[in-house]
Amino acid sequence: MAVIDLANPTRFLRIVDRVLPWLIGATVFLLAVGLYRALNAPDDYQQGATVKIMFLHVPAAWLGMFGWALMSVAALGTLVWRHPLADVSGKAVAPIGAAFTFICLVTGSLWGRPTWGTYWVWDARLTSMLVLLLLYLGVLALYWTAEDPGRGARAAAILSLVGAVNLPIIKFSVDWWNTLHQPASVFRIGGSTIDPSLLTPLLIMALAFTLLFVTLHLAVMRNEILRRRIRSMRLMQAQEVHA
Amino acid sequence: MNLGPHADFIVAAYAVTLFVVAALIAWVLLDYSAQRRILGDLEERGVTRRSRRKG
Repeated sequence: MAVIDLANPTRFLRIVDRVLPWLIGATVFLLAVGLYRALNAPDDYQQGATVKIMFLHVPAAWLGMFGWALMSVAALGTLVWRHPLADVSGKAVAPIGAAFTFICLVTGSLWGRPTWGTYWVWDARLTSMLVLLLLYLGVLALYWTAEDPGRGARAAAILSLVGAVNLPIIKFSVDWWNTLHQPASVFRIGGSTIDPSLLTPLLIMALAFTLLFVTLHLAVMRNEILRRRIRSMRLMQAQEVHA
Repeated sequence: MNLGPHADFIVAAYAVTLFVVAALIAWVLLDYSAQRRILGDLEERGVTRRSRRKG
């Protein structure tokens, strides 16, 4: 099947209905394995048991950024290629990305208090992550308050593309500025600095969170397609009444 | 499992994550059932989409 076939919402809904049960099963399985491995992982020699927060914080941070990257691609689809499902995808990602970014900030704060002695500092990594959450809320506000959905979608798409500038800032903030936050320790030149006993559960949790993200994204896209269908049916009905 | 002297922070982090994810899932499920119900009502009243209409 060609990718272009997915542009048909009815066909897309059929595929989603078929795929979702498998995705839900895989997500539940991986989350169970990941949580078991995370909760039974050894303590860190410096941080003790608080390292268990890493298994939530790091995947949530990755997915908060992944969500915005996805929204930027969807924005290109909306503005350049005018793909029928691009705007649906962008709108569906926003609340999920915002939720994962929120989880990242709260768990990071709860990890920071025992590790750094403070819940919050206005350093580059933490601030740029907070900016990401505010950008997500801005996109959601554009989608939810625009009277004309098409106009709201275009405005949200433009904000998504402009906001993508924040992604490299988040990623390299720990290299460019002095910060309390540790530098990259999983994906870095020279390999991960994390011991395999902690790295394995982290990667399993990251995969589980990614599956959860994809599952939710498809489910929210399905809801959005149905919502648009209802809107067009109501418009047709209103036109008939006035004719 | 011994969570050490900072157990409250660890438990709070897992509780917040669970709450946010559960809220997200509940919102998706409730929204889905609401959209299906509205769609069903419209179809029952004979309202159809343009693509479903016979020319």
